Amino acid sequence: MLKNVTLGQYFPGDTIVHRLDPRTKLLWLVGYIVALFLAGGWISYALMAAVLAMESALAHIRPRTLFSGLRPLLFILLFTALLNLFYGTGEPLAQLWILKITADGIQRSVQMVLRIILLVCGSFLLTYTTSPLQLTDGLERLLSPLKRLHVPVGELAMMMSIALRFIPTLIEETDRIMSAQKARGARFDTGSLVQRARALIPLLVPLFVGAFRRADELATAMECRCYSPGAGRTRMKVLSMAPRDGAALAVCAGILCAVCLLRHFGL
Amino acid sequence: MPILSVEHLTHVYSQGTPFEKTAVRDVSLSINQGELVGIIGHTGSGKSTFLQHLNGLLKPTAGKVFLDGEDIHGSRDMLHSVRFRVGLVFQYPEYQLFEETVFRDIAFGPGNMGLAAEEIRERVLEAAAFVGVDEGWMELSPLELSGGQKRRVAIAGVIAMRPAVLILDEPTAGLDPAGRESILQNILDYRRRTGATVLLVSHSMDDVARLADRLVVFHNGAVVMDGAPAQVFDRAEELKEMGLTVPAATEIALALRQRGIDIPESIYTTKYLQKLLLSLWESAGGEG
Repeated sequence: MLKNVTLGQYFPGDTIVHRLDPRTKLLWLVGYIVALFLAGGWISYALMAAVLAMESALAHIRPRTLFSGLRPLLFILLFTALLNLFYGTGEPLAQLWILKITADGIQRSVQMVLRIILLVCGSFLLTYTTSPLQLTDGLERLLSPLKRLHVPVGELAMMMSIALRFIPTLIEETDRIMSAQKARGARFDTGSLVQRARALIPLLVPLFVGAFRRADELATAMECRCYSPGAGRTRMKVLSMAPRDGAALAVCAGILCAVCLLRHFGL
Repeated sequence: MPILSVEHLTHVYSQGTPFEKTAVRDVSLSINQGELVGIIGHTGSGKSTFLQHLNGLLKPTAGKVFLDGEDIHGSRDMLHSVRFRVGLVFQYPEYQLFEETVFRDIAFGPGNMGLAAEEIRERVLEAAAFVGVDEGWMELSPLELSGGQKRRVAIAGVIAMRPAVLILDEPTAGLDPAGRESILQNILDYRRRTGATVLLVSHSMDDVARLADRLVVFHNGAVVMDGAPAQVFDRAEELKEMGLTVPAATEIALALRQRGIDIPESIYTTKYLQKLLLSLWESAGGEG
């Protein structure tokens, strides 16, 4: 059942989106998020949604795959919608005690939910089309100016790539331990909340023990290969920008400008 | 009557995603009460997926599994009780230990069965004795034990449920030769004394040749051979094509036959080969 978790998962492919430089994709995502937060009116939101649709079509990621990642966020989405619903100003359409619903509130609530959905889906598109290794590579290169300020960018990137690398491993391990305990009659899906929480002990203890064991083994393996933090390492695959990266960034800048203009006109 | 039977079992992982993979393809098999079945096949041949259907951990994409003639997915209660009647020991089971003491870890299964404390105690001690878990370890933390000791504790944890069918997925992986031999002997003892049906997955052809009454060979998610060890190992060439090996004794006998030495086929245990070669040597006058 945990196999359904798609957070941070990479779907290998050979589309133009997959081939873009990870730095381009990171910058693009930052631009997209900024544009999302600048978006004020319905037209801007429609534009942002259209951009996302185009991106996913180019990346050959099916909308169903994209939206399936939203499932764990359902609660947050509902919560946000409710909260914003009651914070509107103006004429109340309906009122119950101090809770009043206004046209403004409805608009805000819908837009906020839309914003979160687009934000999350946009980020998913990045992780779906970029391998974790490329992603950290790109991040390290983008942040490299910070090295001048003695920020340990290389080590941070290494930590991130290790963390990303171990997510699937830990999910697999969780699955395995869960099955093993179920084989001894453990039940994870029945009982009261307290019972369910207690039922997690047989799962969490071995998982943590295993994680520490792995960390230890990995540290030894890295030391055996003379890893020393901060040593100026070279790369086997050097990132290089292609014309398509320039084009992608230009499109991103165009979208940003468009959203700014739309905002100026209150659309 | 077979204790376990599987009809047209198919399992597809991640159906409907780009990662879709058929792990088990239309497998039908029945296992008789008291048999010791060796299951062989290289990594990724679908053995482990198949085994996890036998105690209902995985639900078949298609097909049915019957225990004592009853569909294990027939009802929720049935499914829960199947876990106790078909004990499954995973690969590297030592990684699933979690309790503070060895005793409490072995007691986890019986505890989930809802047994009384006295009964649990009795079963834990019995299971511990079966697999050579020392009584002195009972109050230790499982983490203090060595790898081989942990493995024994984990196996005891399953045996303590007194399953009618015991399934072991490579119980000797990663152990030293003495540890392997002793765990295999423990399993044989358990079977002799309880009459349990045992399914044993192993990559050691010598082990399965020596222990099993029947061998089932998995390849690409399907059962490609099923029969007595002699029948299976007679098809040495086919096994090799699948990336599997044959027991050392079969290999030697094959090589000898190719050099024109007259020894029969169907040799798969070292003991038997030794006996044959000795008698050949004696009939040749004990020379050269």
